[in-house]
Amino acid sequence: MRKFLLASLVALAPVCAQTLVIRNATIMTVTKGTIQGSIVVKDGKIADVGEKVMEPQGATVIDAANQYVIPGIIDCHSHIAVDGGVNEGSVSVSSMVNIKDVINPEDIAIYRALAGGVTTANILHGSANSIGGQTIVLKMRWGKDAQSMIFEGAKPGIKFALGENPKRAGNPVGGRGAAGATVQARYPATRMGVEDTIREAFNEAKAYKAEWDGYNARVARGEHPIPPRKDLKLEALKEVLEGNRYVHAHCYRADEILMLMRIADDYGFKIRTLQHVLEGYKVANEIAAHGAGASTFSDWWSYKVEAFDAIPYNAALMTKKGIVVSLNSDDAELMRHLNSEAGKAMKYGGMSETEALAMVTLNPAKQLGIDNRVGSIEVGKDADLVIYDKFPLNDFAKVQKVFIDGHKYFDRDDEVSSRPAKEAEKQKLIEKEKQAQPRPQGGRGGRIG
Amino acid sequence: MKKLAVAWFLCCACALADASSVVAIRNAKIVTVSGPVINKGTVVVRNGLIEAAGENVPVPADAWVVEGEGLTVYPGLIDALSTVGMPGAAPAAAGATGGRGGRGQTTITTPAAPTTAAAAAPRAMGPEDRPQTTSWEIAADQISPSDPRIETVRGGGITTAVTFPTRGIFAGQGSVIDLISGEKAGEMVVASPAGQYISMSGGRGFGGGFPTSLMGVIAYIRQVYLDADHYKLVKEAYARDPRGMQRPEYDRALEGVMASPRILLPANRLVEIDRMLRFAAELKQPAILYGGREAYRGGAADLLKKYNVPLLVSLRWPEFPRDEDPDNEPSMRTLEAIDKAPSAPVALQKAGVKFAFYSDGIDTPRDLQRAVKKAIDAGLSREDAIRAMTLSPAQIYGIDNRVGSVEAGKIANLIVTRGDLFDDRTRVEMVFVDGKQYKPAEAAPAGGRGMVTEGPGGNQ
Repeated sequence: MRKFLLASLVALAPVCAQTLVIRNATIMTVTKGTIQGSIVVKDGKIADVGEKVMEPQGATVIDAANQYVIPGIIDCHSHIAVDGGVNEGSVSVSSMVNIKDVINPEDIAIYRALAGGVTTANILHGSANSIGGQTIVLKMRWGKDAQSMIFEGAKPGIKFALGENPKRAGNPVGGRGAAGATVQARYPATRMGVEDTIREAFNEAKAYKAEWDGYNARVARGEHPIPPRKDLKLEALKEVLEGNRYVHAHCYRADEILMLMRIADDYGFKIRTLQHVLEGYKVANEIAAHGAGASTFSDWWSYKVEAFDAIPYNAALMTKKGIVVSLNSDDAELMRHLNSEAGKAMKYGGMSETEALAMVTLNPAKQLGIDNRVGSIEVGKDADLVIYDKFPLNDFAKVQKVFIDGHKYFDRDDEVSSRPAKEAEKQKLIEKEKQAQPRPQGGRGGRIG
Repeated sequence: MKKLAVAWFLCCACALADASSVVAIRNAKIVTVSGPVINKGTVVVRNGLIEAAGENVPVPADAWVVEGEGLTVYPGLIDALSTVGMPGAAPAAAGATGGRGGRGQTTITTPAAPTTAAAAAPRAMGPEDRPQTTSWEIAADQISPSDPRIETVRGGGITTAVTFPTRGIFAGQGSVIDLISGEKAGEMVVASPAGQYISMSGGRGFGGGFPTSLMGVIAYIRQVYLDADHYKLVKEAYARDPRGMQRPEYDRALEGVMASPRILLPANRLVEIDRMLRFAAELKQPAILYGGREAYRGGAADLLKKYNVPLLVSLRWPEFPRDEDPDNEPSMRTLEAIDKAPSAPVALQKAGVKFAFYSDGIDTPRDLQRAVKKAIDAGLSREDAIRAMTLSPAQIYGIDNRVGSVEAGKIANLIVTRGDLFDDRTRVEMVFVDGKQYKPAEAAPAGGRGMVTEGPGGNQ
């Protein structure tokens, strides 16, 4: 009931559709090739897909002749929809903070991402700390409340960061974001310090885990000991050690990538994804052996020293070594055209259409452990679908409609046609306020809080 | 200089309270709030309490009699969240999220200036350093009876304020005070502690101590309540049998948190109302939300009702930005809030949500009256408006057995007006606090004189 009420506030609330048929489309399924045919959606799931399908009676029919349908785009690295800062940059290990606590479902970037075909995004803490905050996977259910945005059942993660960003705040010399010679300088200031920070944190976490394991064993024996103090910082790292929380690690250089994987091996956990990983092509065998996924940029580099050795063939080279590779945005604007980012993987490295499209759909789904639900157009998966007017891996393709769980969350025609009315409503309010007499309130009343 | 002198003179003149200990206001209209309006009745005040109120109440022989023909008696108004009487305080406001400006935020709060203690403290490296926490401080210990704001706000009919320390994440515990111009601060205290004031604008920017982000503030608060639970457990075990057990370390931050009967959480946007209601439920703390700028939006009242949490609505309504660059057109969300925020009270009333008004730094009687009038113009009945400043705040803080209505046995906090309280021409003729009569200043100078202000005035 409450959800309904919240949704009803928003002008662009999703239109409920029980049964939906998209017919005559070119369907890029990702897993089962590209076909000319139809998709049947029932109760939010894909009920049928093929060249010939049984169209249920009473279904809403969309004729997508000359149009393309792809699975909803998944962005494995985003910072949208977050209130009050994406970095808890005061400490080198901020694993106690959680993006889940500060989801802003009214961030307009969500709607813009939808308009770019994105239906799911991994919302990460920033990269200021060696070990950052806890992360959350969201579906772009624009108009719903914060809790309803959360991708049900998706394993939560945690952000790690290596290299320039986490050591910057400890830099006593200077440079972008450096602390300089102030009392605010924060350990670490070097790459070796970053390694040490992570190892120290996991030493603590192991001791913490042992304390709790000991307590639980005593309880199991029927004793009534006083439980250890619950520490939110170490609780998240304990979950990493237990395999219940994915590690998404921001990294650039080959040496630090190897360093992190060695830490993981030493402490017995896995790196789920290496993020950015611009030098991943240099250590692709080692990454593949560790089993980490790689989420990189298409052709963006040289924006800082540690990004000088990047090449646009990175995604293709890593793919050829057997790594699951995705292309991410890390940016609200880039997020709106990940389809053309995927297209670049065809130019650089000769990926097939399907391989390229998988880099923004099925592969990020695998990396986030949600490929049983999303990432391809298959019977039984969530009806997260995007209709494009043209071949989607193309700068000129425009998103026409976006469905999540079978509900329409974006419609280009509706959006464009509703603009004059919205603008008129806004101008009306502005005029009303301008005409209102200035009514000074309070004096020099300040604010606190 | 001359102005100052005049103000000073007025201040002294009006601070003189009538010393009669027995007062009878007869033949007046009495708005009891707790019961029906008495069109012609008598209120007897003795020794600071209401001795009797009703139609056929005899006037005691020893009473100083006020002829109430044409006058209306109301319960004294309660400012549900204030800083009046607190030394060096700026008026309270719902600095909602703060932190380092997240996307989609309509408010960015200026972080509160650090207290001397906080400034001297070393940089916090995590929750264990209890950053920006003075949870053990109690307003009652700090209030200053000589605060000039006491007289200013009393002139508008406010007889009681729930006043709080407001700096920091766990700023400290509030106290309910009667706005008498007394000699001793202790005489002012009606009830204490009233609750823990929590703010979310803890972030001091990058490079500062923990926390710098909203999620850091939330994680910190969550850790403090986990620690409080554990602390209680260990202390109890130690009290049962200390032999062979390591002595638990005394933690004043946790002591302060545990002593607070309820928490006050900031929530202006609908997103924040949702977030803070969930957070309070998670913490298992009785909570009051303050702010409420988007409480007019569909869903807000239902959420508050569902969680059964009261809302303190700021009377500092959002305003259209003036003298702005014309190119900086406000967003639709902002425009809507400016247009609709004053309609929140009537929406809350209809949904059956307990709410009260708070001045949010609006000290002068005229401005306060105008602000309440906006809610009335947006559909709130006058009865409900007066209730939101009397009985409702009393109920929210659990002090309705002593203040909030005109009833025998309650504290004699009364206001006497000629005409309806919220009419433009109406003036408060007399104010009784603890049975002492105060005459409001002739013309309260505009601009909340005597206030220590911080940050810009007006809306945000």
